[in-house]
Amino acid sequence: MILLDEVYKSFNANHVLTGTSLVVKKGESRVVIGGSGSGKSVILKHIVGIMKPDKGRVTVDDMDIARLKEHDLYEIRKKFGMLFQMAALFDSMSVWENVGFVLSRRGMLKPAKIKEIAVEKLKLVGLVNVENLMPSELSGGMKKRVGLARAIAHEPEILLYDEPTTGLDPITADAINDLIVSLKERLKVTSVAITHDMQSSYKIADSISMLYQGKIIATGTPDEIRNTSDPVMRQFITGSAVGPIKVEGVNNERTVNRA
Amino acid sequence: MTRLIERFGRAILSLLQKGVFVAEETGRIFLLLLATLRQLLLPPFGIVDIFRQMLEVGVRSVPVVIVTAIFTGMVFALQTYTGFKRFGAETLVGTVVAMSMTRELGPVLTGLIVSGRAGAAMAAELGTMRVTEQIDALETLAINPVKYLIVPRFVAGLIMLPALSVCADIIGIIGGYFVTVVLFNTSSVVYWKQTWTYLESADIYNGLIKACFFGGAISIISSYKGFYTSGGAEGVGKATTGAVVLSSMTILISDYFLSSWLFG
Ligand SMILES: Nc1ncnc2c1ncn2[C@@H]1O[C@H](COP(=O)(O)OP(=O)(O)OP(=O)(O)O)[C@@H](O)[C@H]1O
Ligand SMILES: [Mg+2]
Repeated sequence: MILLDEVYKSFNANHVLTGTSLVVKKGESRVVIGGSGSGKSVILKHIVGIMKPDKGRVTVDDMDIARLKEHDLYEIRKKFGMLFQMAALFDSMSVWENVGFVLSRRGMLKPAKIKEIAVEKLKLVGLVNVENLMPSELSGGMKKRVGLARAIAHEPEILLYDEPTTGLDPITADAINDLIVSLKERLKVTSVAITHDMQSSYKIADSISMLYQGKIIATGTPDEIRNTSDPVMRQFITGSAVGPIKVEGVNNERTVNRA
Repeated sequence: MTRLIERFGRAILSLLQKGVFVAEETGRIFLLLLATLRQLLLPPFGIVDIFRQMLEVGVRSVPVVIVTAIFTGMVFALQTYTGFKRFGAETLVGTVVAMSMTRELGPVLTGLIVSGRAGAAMAAELGTMRVTEQIDALETLAINPVKYLIVPRFVAGLIMLPALSVCADIIGIIGGYFVTVVLFNTSSVVYWKQTWTYLESADIYNGLIKACFFGGAISIISSYKGFYTSGGAEGVGKATTGAVVLSSMTILISDYFLSSWLFG
């Protein structure tokens, strides 16, 4: 179980999380939606403990992530797999070494076997014949999928996806959604996914939470969210610039600077 | 008058702030050093990573070290020979070259070269890994980044600096020999005799102790600068220059104190 209890986090004067609370039960697939810059990635980073809350508590299986001893923190991280928004591939390693990184660090398998597993995981995310390339030779969407393959390679119990389908074409995106669903069903993973893609979130989520102004303002099943009457939620899921959420610096009248 | 006092006060204040900043940074570097030492002693020991860094820090620096050492030895011999000739002491050239190379120039020049080459590379590489979230990714994969990234660089620095420094000592002495014996046509027997008679083994190993210290300092300082980079590509640039400046300064300043302790 993942729990955020009244978490506060600021960067200098930028108050990003202001009392965020979130509970994700074991085996549940949660999607967090919210505007750009609202702090979704920051939430994920708190869950794996690469950021610490200024105030409040983050626990995973009843262990307080911010107060764990270093050794215990690394132990609990073995349960995690995380896909970073920008993939964060190790650029000094080839694609298959990236995917097999954890396996080779654990030192129990031979390199040939690790490569075989890596190739298989890459196939799961729809990538073939890329295992010997370097990350710098990949497109943005390919990097994302290699990042996903790396996150799932050691079959973790908890998966954190930061925008798994952003930057992918609609067909590949749907295949990734299917993969996420099948990981949940086959491996019973607990997951938190961030996405801007409502189609994708309806498909992969058991429940959806919306982050707005530093707090989770609503949580519900995909159906509940789809039929919500809350004006903020409605505006977000229908993707309209008109409504209670104001987009700074963007007004609805066209501004043209050309004479 | 009050204006002047005000400006004076401000200047002092900013100096104090700089002082506090330096103290803080020194403290954080020490904390990183402690964390590194702790991780160094805990298994598993990433021998492969250490060898890779030894190659990076050490072997790749050999050409630059050779060129620097040979010309330093040569110019030292040239200046000493022509200078000492004034009071008829030109037979001492071998001694002067050997002593200055082993006690001073070998370790310090190697240190400066390595901080410019390997130190900059360390800061740039770790800095890039930081700003592209690769270090965060390591943590989420349950790999301790201090152990995985900094320990091998630290060990490589400790081992390779003395090794390069020995190399510089020998080549410097050969450079001195070339100028004194071959160019100035003096006796090769005298040169070697002068080299060996007055050179003590303490000169050599105290020089190597300094080199070892410089190696550790370069690795920790440069890793620190890279590891705590923020602010994108610009931040990486700053970390890289910062690493070279701070490790060179540390080498030159600590060299005095180490020398007065080891040789004083
Ligand atoms: N390491 C950091 N240092 C300083 N500020 C940060 C840091 N990480 C995030 N922020 C700030 O926190 C806020 C939320 O960032 P976050 O990356 O969580 O947004 P997000 O909701 O994931 O947005 P997007 O959908 O665009 O990815 C932003 O205003 C950002 O400037
Ligand atoms: Mg984000």
